Amino acid sequence: MSESMVTVEDLSVRIGEAEILHGVSLTVGRGAFLTVIGPNGAGKSTLLRCLDGLLQPSSGRILIDGRSLSEYGRRELARTVSYVPQPDAGPLDYTVRSFVEMGRFPHIGAWAALSEADSAAVNNAMEVTEVADLAERSMSSLSGGEKQRASIAAALAQGGSILLLDEPTSFLDYRHQVQVLDLLDRLHNENGLTVVAVTHDLNSTVASSDEVIALKDGGVAFRGRPSELLHAEILSDIYSADFRLINGGHRGLPMVLPARNGS
Amino acid sequence: MKIPLRFAVLGGLAVLALAILPLVGRQALPLSVLLDFGGNESSAIIFWQIRVPRALAAFIGGAGLALGGAVFQAIFRNPLATPYTLGVASGASLGVALASRFGLSLVVVGLSTTSVAAFAGAMVAVGVVWMLTRLRPELSSTTLLLAGVAMNFFFSSVILFAQYTASLGDSYRIVRWLMGGLGGVDMGTVLHMAPVVALGATVVLWNARKLDLLATGTEIAASRGVAVAPTRAVLFLATSVMVGGVVAACGPVGFVGMMAPHICRLLVGSNHRVLLPASILFGGAFLVLCDTAARVVIFPAELPVGVITAFLGAPFFLWLLVRRVGVARIG
Repeated sequence: MSESMVTVEDLSVRIGEAEILHGVSLTVGRGAFLTVIGPNGAGKSTLLRCLDGLLQPSSGRILIDGRSLSEYGRRELARTVSYVPQPDAGPLDYTVRSFVEMGRFPHIGAWAALSEADSAAVNNAMEVTEVADLAERSMSSLSGGEKQRASIAAALAQGGSILLLDEPTSFLDYRHQVQVLDLLDRLHNENGLTVVAVTHDLNSTVASSDEVIALKDGGVAFRGRPSELLHAEILSDIYSADFRLINGGHRGLPMVLPARNGS
Repeated sequence: MKIPLRFAVLGGLAVLALAILPLVGRQALPLSVLLDFGGNESSAIIFWQIRVPRALAAFIGGAGLALGGAVFQAIFRNPLATPYTLGVASGASLGVALASRFGLSLVVVGLSTTSVAAFAGAMVAVGVVWMLTRLRPELSSTTLLLAGVAMNFFFSSVILFAQYTASLGDSYRIVRWLMGGLGGVDMGTVLHMAPVVALGATVVLWNARKLDLLATGTEIAASRGVAVAPTRAVLFLATSVMVGGVVAACGPVGFVGMMAPHICRLLVGSNHRVLLPASILFGGAFLVLCDTAARVVIFPAELPVGVITAFLGAPFFLWLLVRRVGVARIG
């Protein structure tokens, strides 16, 4: 994990008058799983969008696999980095298969049919995410968990080595949360993908990751391993709220409970 | 039914529309005129020199309008977005109204003043929408549609003013144009319209895969490798010129651009590599059919075809709205 897959140096983002991120630096090793946490409005999604070139930083530098992000063409970047945004409420009148096939866009010509390699990548992505049975269903008819897995399938079909996810388990019930987290574990442990996930889920998603970055007011408030993060004082600083920690969480880590008045 | 078969049906409909519907009319023609190209019989002359050019114009116009609707629905991610709902037709109408009112003469390379004024007006309306999307990229498609509605009202008021203060003859010409019709088209119209629509169609078809991605959302499209801003600009421009060209030739024939892509989506699905060719065939055949109805429905007189398409299209628009609300409630 010495080799860096994503490097961010002194990144700042301004949107109009507002400074969303300032002076953010981080590195993600090849094959590592980084979670990004922090209160609402801390700039987590903004950071993720910068990593996929969807947002131009006002200063600072991003290196993807050793090369400056600005040197990548849009299609070239899409072959290296895939992004799973937060679920979108818009209509999606495509079958799951069509939607996953769109992930191959950066590999194929305007009218060319899918090659054997393309079809193999599509089938493989649908199998890994367990949506192969849903292939002919409409995206609009899927449950939240199925839709999230199909979105990840499309991102995997892109064939990149870096996977960015924005709140992959929000809006999912417990069973589907577990499915998505197991999937991320597999992708990272077995397929060697580098994963960066924005999350509010301290107990499961953060606990699955190798490393955590906490953003607060646009800057880095914490950087370290999950075991180093999960202490009441540290969390309280980050979220400006009180927490109680109890034993028995995932991977031997403590469980985090937000403390309410009187508890 | 498999998709290739559905395509064969659509293709068959298009051929029938172009070959058989021109036989229908004030004077019914025998099938044999189909083989009498260049013949001197009056039936052959009516068929080949009057009705076939008119059917071709209707087909090309319908195809262009349908493609334009399919593109706008995808890039604005809204089933009600078409060049029409965003003000192209009312812009063109305003151009014609002002040119008629002030007796402008705008003949360019053999095109009539009306066509030039309509095209210019359409481009002004499109330019306003484009500026709104560029200045405020965060505007939702719903806001843009409302802006289109506002623009339509504004243009209508200016049209009414031009009409109210115009002479009776000019006023009638304006009203007649506003209804949209193919009564005056000939082979020249076809030859003017065909290259514009062919060019637009080529650009649009070339971008079919990108349209699929844009329809799933601009962020997803960008992250999958689409250069979103230039792609949208090219599609917007090509489509607007194409639809502006059709409106200049045929008048503001409404609702074809909204209906045809939706009906095709139900028939062949949403993949643009299938949907766009289907829209060409269906939109073309549909407008030929409407124009045939326009020619015979109040026989021996003729209706402007825009009356027929609006009569069918407006209820369809309402049906879409209601259906969308239903989907939103369930989903």
